[in-house]
Amino acid sequence: MLTIRQYVRAESLEQAYELNQKKANLILGGMHWMKMTTRSVDTAIDLSGLGLDTIVETDHTFEIGCMVTLRQLEQHPALNAWCSHAVADAVKDIVGVQFRNTATVGGSIFGRYGFSDVLTVFLALNARVVCHHAGEIPLEQYAQMPADRDILVKLVVDKRPMQVSYQAMRHARTDFPILTCAVSCVDGVWQASVGARPHKAALVRDQEGLLCGGVDETSAARFGDYVAGQLNFGSNMRGSAAYRSQICGVLVQRAVLAACEVK
Amino acid sequence: MELKFELNGKKIATVVEADSLLLDVLRSLGCASVKRGCESSNCGLCTVFVDDKPVLSCSVLAARVAGRKVTTLEGLQEEAADFGAFIADQGAEQCGFCNPGLMMNAIAMFRENPHPSEEEILSYLSGNLCRCSGYEGQLRGIQSYLAFKDAQKKGEV
Ligand SMILES: Cc1cc2nc3c(=O)[nH]c(=O)nc-3n(C[C@H](O)[C@H](O)[C@H](O)COP(=O)(O)OP(=O)(O)OC[C@H]3O[C@@H](n4cnc5c(N)ncnc54)[C@H](O)[C@@H]3O)c2cc1C
Ligand code: FES
Ligand code: FES
Repeated sequence: MLTIRQYVRAESLEQAYELNQKKANLILGGMHWMKMTTRSVDTAIDLSGLGLDTIVETDHTFEIGCMVTLRQLEQHPALNAWCSHAVADAVKDIVGVQFRNTATVGGSIFGRYGFSDVLTVFLALNARVVCHHAGEIPLEQYAQMPADRDILVKLVVDKRPMQVSYQAMRHARTDFPILTCAVSCVDGVWQASVGARPHKAALVRDQEGLLCGGVDETSAARFGDYVAGQLNFGSNMRGSAAYRSQICGVLVQRAVLAACEVK
Repeated sequence: MELKFELNGKKIATVVEADSLLLDVLRSLGCASVKRGCESSNCGLCTVFVDDKPVLSCSVLAARVAGRKVTTLEGLQEEAADFGAFIADQGAEQCGFCNPGLMMNAIAMFRENPHPSEEEILSYLSGNLCRCSGYEGQLRGIQSYLAFKDAQKKGEV
């Protein structure tokens, strides 16, 4: 059970950061994951009054505040037009609309959960994280760092032209995914982000140039096999390592073909 | 701590703990339609509106609704009675425990998208679990309610 002694609506990021340096204190995201943990929190720090709940589109970037909800991500027309709906596809099966109306980007990325659809898609979009203290860090690096007491302020993605697609496999809609996969091609280089292995998402780049000669069913399948071969998979109640490895190749192939709109 | 918010159109001032859940505060204020099911963000039984958006009240700190507008099924009686009759007509439910959460979320959907396709209905309501029915009756109830509303607008009924 989660207990909280004191609730503070932070008046500035600095105040929130200072409060968060105490181990017994905690930043509140949408509270969904945190509520499933057993913990006695001294001060729960709410960032909702700091204007971090918007997606700002600039000439070159989308800046996504940490309090933006998964539903906002799903419904943002410009973000989804730019990424061929990969972000909406990634979040649309996370529990339900009511859940996505409060689950946050900050909680999803800070948590670096193995099953995360959110981490998977933003890795493929080459996102960067902006932390209050540590500043800007590539998400690929942040995903590998242990959780610390910094505040994740926003995610930044460059609006570079990109072919991208998202695929995931679930036993049933709204269940945790068995495997998540996002592929993208930036400046001619293909990469695949694969999560829920059940380990957290990791990026594999097409170092061998398997897709350099063009994308068709065969080259996409070869890239799928290559990606599966580069990653380690584990077993849990949702699937075995061998099963995950098999479907990894298939999902990567499908994602590459979908990104190129090859039917 | 003191908490002030608007509940079903009325101003409320009450005292809550820092970790009181919105679900418990609403029930203590007499909103018995708000049900506790899983209490882990899975079932949708505890759905209420905060500033007109459906949320899971089992996972919202009461303190967070300070100054905001909260609506429960008690505050949507007319809309709910209208729609509920169509669910009942289809014999869509058995124990009925999931009904308030389903009604709230379906009403949120009607407001956001008055003409949802079958896929859109299934997607919007996928966070509302029902242990008894197979969802088919609920889907039929929703579709016949929407058809009735359309006919009503056209003056056909
Ligand atoms: C029942 C259930 C099913 C789920 N299914 C899926 C799924 O299928 N796919 C998927 O991708 N995800 C799934 N999730 C995870 C969910 O999408 C969120 O990622 C998760 O709930 C965390 O987001 P939150 O806003 O609830 O964060 P919280 O639970 O509030 O916070 C999580 C952690 O992040 C910290 N934190 C929050 N914001 C910040 C910040 N700005 N800076 C620093 N630290 C911060 C908190 O202190 C806490 O330690 C599921 C979660 C639940 C409870
Ligand atoms: S009781 Fe809130 S989602 Fe189940
Ligand atoms: S009718 Fe019993 S849970 Fe839905």
